[in-house]
Amino acid sequence: MSALQIIFLIAAAVILVSAVMVTLTRNLVHAALWLVAALFGVAVIFAVLEAGFLAVVQVVVYIGAIAIMFIFAVMLTRREMLDKGPQMNKRAWLAGILGVLLFASMVYMLSTWVGFNKLPTLMGETDTLALLGNSLLLQSAYLLPFEVASVLLLAALVGAVYVASNRK
Amino acid sequence: MQDPVGNLYNWLMGLLVSWGVDQAVSNILLTFVGIVVLIVLAMVLDVFLVWIERKVVARFQDRLGPNRIGPWGIFQPFADIIKLLIKEDTTPNGADVFVFNLAPILSLASVLLLWAVLPFAEVVFGVDLNVALLYIVAAGTIGTLSIIMAGWSSNNKFALVGAYRMVANMISYEIPMVVILLIPAILTSSMSMLTISQAQNKYWFVLVVPLAALVFLISAIAELGRSPFDLNEGESEIVSGFHIEYSGMKFGLFYAGELLHAFTFGAFISILFFGGYNGPGVAQMPILGVFYFIIKAMIGYWIIMWVKYTVPRIRIDHMLYFNWKFLVPFSIAILVMTAVMHKLLSGYDTPVYVAGMLVANLILGWITVEILRAQARKKRQTDNSSAPSVVELAH
Repeated sequence: MSALQIIFLIAAAVILVSAVMVTLTRNLVHAALWLVAALFGVAVIFAVLEAGFLAVVQVVVYIGAIAIMFIFAVMLTRREMLDKGPQMNKRAWLAGILGVLLFASMVYMLSTWVGFNKLPTLMGETDTLALLGNSLLLQSAYLLPFEVASVLLLAALVGAVYVASNRK
Repeated sequence: MQDPVGNLYNWLMGLLVSWGVDQAVSNILLTFVGIVVLIVLAMVLDVFLVWIERKVVARFQDRLGPNRIGPWGIFQPFADIIKLLIKEDTTPNGADVFVFNLAPILSLASVLLLWAVLPFAEVVFGVDLNVALLYIVAAGTIGTLSIIMAGWSSNNKFALVGAYRMVANMISYEIPMVVILLIPAILTSSMSMLTISQAQNKYWFVLVVPLAALVFLISAIAELGRSPFDLNEGESEIVSGFHIEYSGMKFGLFYAGELLHAFTFGAFISILFFGGYNGPGVAQMPILGVFYFIIKAMIGYWIIMWVKYTVPRIRIDHMLYFNWKFLVPFSIAILVMTAVMHKLLSGYDTPVYVAGMLVANLILGWITVEILRAQARKKRQTDNSSAPSVVELAH
């Protein structure tokens, strides 16, 4: 077993345990912090796969923005942060069955993929960042959808400013 | 002497392999040793930063500062550390113990993470990440998280309010900082710290984009939570902010993190805009770069201290107004201007290029000042016309 495999197993265990803890803990702030741990584990797996850009973006976007916004939302919307009610209702078994079905069908879909049993070849010294940028933003690739998406985000920003301003 | 760290690594590697240790295992071992050495150096520097900070603030306030223990009081930090270590370690009632203890560790760790990408010289650096600029932002978000954790877990309303203020500050000023970080990336077509340093061996980027350097300094000070942006504390309202409930070495970790963070941002200013390790004689002797790097980082740190101990704290609405209505649009204008001018001038010789960029910066700065003056004049006029006159008040 190589060092990378050991790191992968540790990161995978951290992700799974924290993801389960997100749903099991009764304290909403703790749930948010467990979510941060799970997302950090995903960033570690990206780093192990030599996708440094994705790993860093994972930390910036998810841990930086969403986790902090989530903590803000949790703290500003509820006075009582401990959930004292029952954690499951009568139809929990149905959700369980659906979850297992979803997981099984995803595994089945993935197993039909040709690369399912193969180990990927590591890029080594190639600049994966430039590769990613070129394959995403060349004019022959996805330049137009990328720019349209950024215009959409700008529209959302302008809309938020308009809604927030109290000038009539 | 061309590559001392690489030679040391190869020598130790050869030694370990000759002892019968596997190549891969000894590589991991040496990497760990390297990390530990870097962190130890950072922490030893941190000890002396306490002394430097206290000595400099004393000079700004016309005092002597620590002067009893050792020559010029240089051993004062060790006395401080012993005091912090033997202090009672208190945990407030109703605190969330695990989160409470994790917060100071994360706070210091988020600063130490930054040291991984600092290029001390062309041959002395932790790791040459090709996404180093984004990595800085990522480490900063972990720092923000540690502050909200400290504020929430302390079970103290002052700590929570202080954490909210600090996080509002850090999240807001992250935006101009990220926009400005794009400018060295545009100029060098790279996000690697080492490439950015290497690209400045002819001219420093401060000559090309002085406005960007200024905005970066301002947002770095805000990101550090130092005066005039130290809204996390306020002696008359929220006391010392998010770390109010921390005592002993846990407070020490926050304090050490803050000082080291300031020094690290001084280092970033020097890397991004002042040439990093570049200086006379570096081409012949790369190790000399460490000396220039430390000097430049210290000057950056000194400027941050200079601002801190000269400018009083600003109000929170002013802080947000200044960021969202001035710095964010201004930094985006600088970004657009730099991108366009860099593309237009990239075919010309270095002197023409630098002069052109400098003139473009000066024009943008002049336009900004004119717009600000016009706005201030308009505001003064409306304030004067709406305010009741002295005669009316007398009646």
